[in-house]
Amino acid sequence: MRSILIASAAALALLATAPAALAQSPKQGGAAVVTFNNDLTTLDPQVGYDWQNWSVIKSIFDGLMDYKPGTTELEPDLAESYTVSDDGLTYTFKLRDGIKFHNGRPMTPADVKYSLERAVDPKTQSPGGGYFSAIEGYDALAGGKASELTGIRIVDDKTISFTLTRPDATFLHLMAINFAYVVPKEEVEKAGADWGKKPVGTGAFKFVEWVPGQRIALERNKDYFRQGVPYLDKLTFEFGQDPTVAVLRLKNGEIDIVGDGIPPAQFAEIMADPANKDLVAIGDQLQTGYVTMNVTQPPFDNLKVRQAVNMAINKDRIVRLINNRAVPAVQALPPAMPGYNTDNKGYAYDPDGAKKLLAEAGQPDGFTTELYAMNVDPNPRIAQAIQQDLAAIGVKAEIRSLAQAEVIAAGGSGKAPMIWSGGMAWIADFPDPANFYYGILGCAGAVEGGWNWSKYCNKELDARAQNADGMVKADEGEKRIGEWKGVFDEVLKDAPWAPVFNEKRFTYHSARLGGDSSLFTDPIHIPVNYDYIFAKDAQ
Amino acid sequence: MIAYLARRLSASALILIGVTIVTFCLTFIIPADPVAMIAGRNSTPEMREQIRIQLGLDRPLVEQYAHYVQRLAQGDFGISYARKSPVGDLILSRLPATLLLMLGAIIAELLIGIPAGLYAAARRGQTGDKVAMTLSFLTVSTPQFVLGLSLLYFFAYRLGWFPLSGYGSLSHLILPAVTLGLAGGGWYSRMMRSSMIEILRQDYIRTARAKGMSEKRVMFVHALRNAILPVIAMIGLDVGIFMSGVVVVENVFGWPGIGQLMWQAIQSLDIPIIMGVTTVAALFIVAGNLIADLIAPLIDPRIRLR
Repeated sequence: MRSILIASAAALALLATAPAALAQSPKQGGAAVVTFNNDLTTLDPQVGYDWQNWSVIKSIFDGLMDYKPGTTELEPDLAESYTVSDDGLTYTFKLRDGIKFHNGRPMTPADVKYSLERAVDPKTQSPGGGYFSAIEGYDALAGGKASELTGIRIVDDKTISFTLTRPDATFLHLMAINFAYVVPKEEVEKAGADWGKKPVGTGAFKFVEWVPGQRIALERNKDYFRQGVPYLDKLTFEFGQDPTVAVLRLKNGEIDIVGDGIPPAQFAEIMADPANKDLVAIGDQLQTGYVTMNVTQPPFDNLKVRQAVNMAINKDRIVRLINNRAVPAVQALPPAMPGYNTDNKGYAYDPDGAKKLLAEAGQPDGFTTELYAMNVDPNPRIAQAIQQDLAAIGVKAEIRSLAQAEVIAAGGSGKAPMIWSGGMAWIADFPDPANFYYGILGCAGAVEGGWNWSKYCNKELDARAQNADGMVKADEGEKRIGEWKGVFDEVLKDAPWAPVFNEKRFTYHSARLGGDSSLFTDPIHIPVNYDYIFAKDAQ
Repeated sequence: MIAYLARRLSASALILIGVTIVTFCLTFIIPADPVAMIAGRNSTPEMREQIRIQLGLDRPLVEQYAHYVQRLAQGDFGISYARKSPVGDLILSRLPATLLLMLGAIIAELLIGIPAGLYAAARRGQTGDKVAMTLSFLTVSTPQFVLGLSLLYFFAYRLGWFPLSGYGSLSHLILPAVTLGLAGGGWYSRMMRSSMIEILRQDYIRTARAKGMSEKRVMFVHALRNAILPVIAMIGLDVGIFMSGVVVVENVFGWPGIGQLMWQAIQSLDIPIIMGVTTVAALFIVAGNLIADLIAPLIDPRIRLR
């Protein structure tokens, strides 16, 4: 009797743990289908810069550095190891053995040099070439006067070194960004204008075909230098799929991931359905939605007015308006970003205090202004909520709901007094506070056509930022982040922006796809890290 | 006849030129800068200037237009800003899908409109007639986006009779063709009805009935043959209506035609594609109208060639 009891207890215990064990260990094989509404524009790593092709390119190509999957932690990728000189001006990377391009040829340091030069060369029209301005020889190549980056030196057949003209603490992040991904020169030249349609890289997935407007097919790279990944044998992207229809197809079992995210109109319904509990991965993004105020246009040139706007906006209400797809933001940096100050609670919602500040600023009866916003839902609704909040303190804001390109143009030209950034800005290109400053808050971005729509230019803060980026020694990391914290605290005090919320990412996927939820909401491999997800029904 | 043809052709050519000028000017009046879109967020003013020069956007408008027309005459529609591939190839690869969809829509609207019109005419004044005309009113007023999604939801998702979006077989074609053509079907049913009523009043119909011919023969052999002529003459104009409809319908159904291409290009302000698709669409519309104008006098000799 006792032995039967023990045996059955043991059997029950085994049964209880077995499914958990089966569910967790990734299996090799299987296929996944991801849908997008728009066709991908290109798979050229030096050119592709939208959130759709970003992670597809990351699966076909690699760079010297990458991030641990699902995290913002740097780790060497194509490089096996690296050293930094004491003055922070020279980075030396030792490449791994056995890395091959998809066409079979082994990768060499010359390929790394070629790829970086391609990013900077104006002929490539790369939107990201400007990131590498610290490399020696950048000005000559970008200006069209030279044909190579003199700062990149091939030391031997496994080692490559980069010499910078100034210390740049973001350099390792720059080696992990798509624009620095390694491409084979002979394939680029052979394909010519078609290179973006026929990519050949070193990554986990090999390119198979691209039927324009219909689909892209990738297959597993069996010679990938990382053992065991990717888990999927085939990965297909289908285009021209309206997200509403894609959701129906997912429910039908025809596709695996709705690449564009859950359509806002169906968000509440999908989240409320208990069957979807494990199928929607939720993660943080390196994103902030904010209202910019043009500090060169009165009355926004008055600090008290800007602070009043910050205190007038009811962020909780706006977050509820979008079905809690975000969390209220109290500062410019998103919580997932290093440099986020957990002690800084920003401006509390205080319409009476805001009215008082306005009176102090010489605007006791309020004023009239314009609020620009992108015309795709939910941004007009959010703009309306902001309009109502401003009306409550006496500020009459007329809404200008326009196409994305038009709002961006109005911001770049300095024409718009207030802009709601939703749908347009700002998601970090890499997880470092520097990426959230120079382009959108620094003096360099406050020019005609720049992305600093508030035209905020604080030379002192710029100097502090540059100083912080000069702290490149390994033990100065914390000090540097502390400096950046200080910079952003000052920005919050000066209030060129009113931060409103930080969006979360929601990825709706089929039950047969497995993997940690952080892989489906990877902050770097946006939206999904295809290298590490697996099919539970693989044979 | 030749003079008529020549006049119509020259009018068509003028229309096409006008379309290219208007589209060209429109895209430059929009206060958005394509260079900023291409150059991206981290571009410096110097880089943007380089790109502007490379794309020839720093030249005066008239010069840019002249270059554009010159290349157009050689069949070169330029290079897409975002995709860096030739616009002509993009359009050419997607055109067959759109033409197939339009053909399907024409068949759908005829299959829906003609029987409905016949039915309404035969039951003129009765409930059947009133129901048919109300339905035709509804089909013309329903937005195609709503119609398409509703059809998808009920017939593809719920009933599973058709695939949910895609391209490649007859079952993929039916729902989008019906969505695109349904409004036309409503239109044609009314036209068919009034045409039939007009004809059934004619003396020769009365004669046929007096001779003892069955009502069926009267309707389908004599009346229909004449009533259908105005409908046939109008089909050429459908090309124009469908060219605007495909932008929405192709997007809803994931149909890889030039309408979907236009939609995506508008969102990213990809001017070469916008201009290319507009020009090609205008070409087909003008051709369709031309054919309609040529067929009409052939079908009904009472129409004088002017």
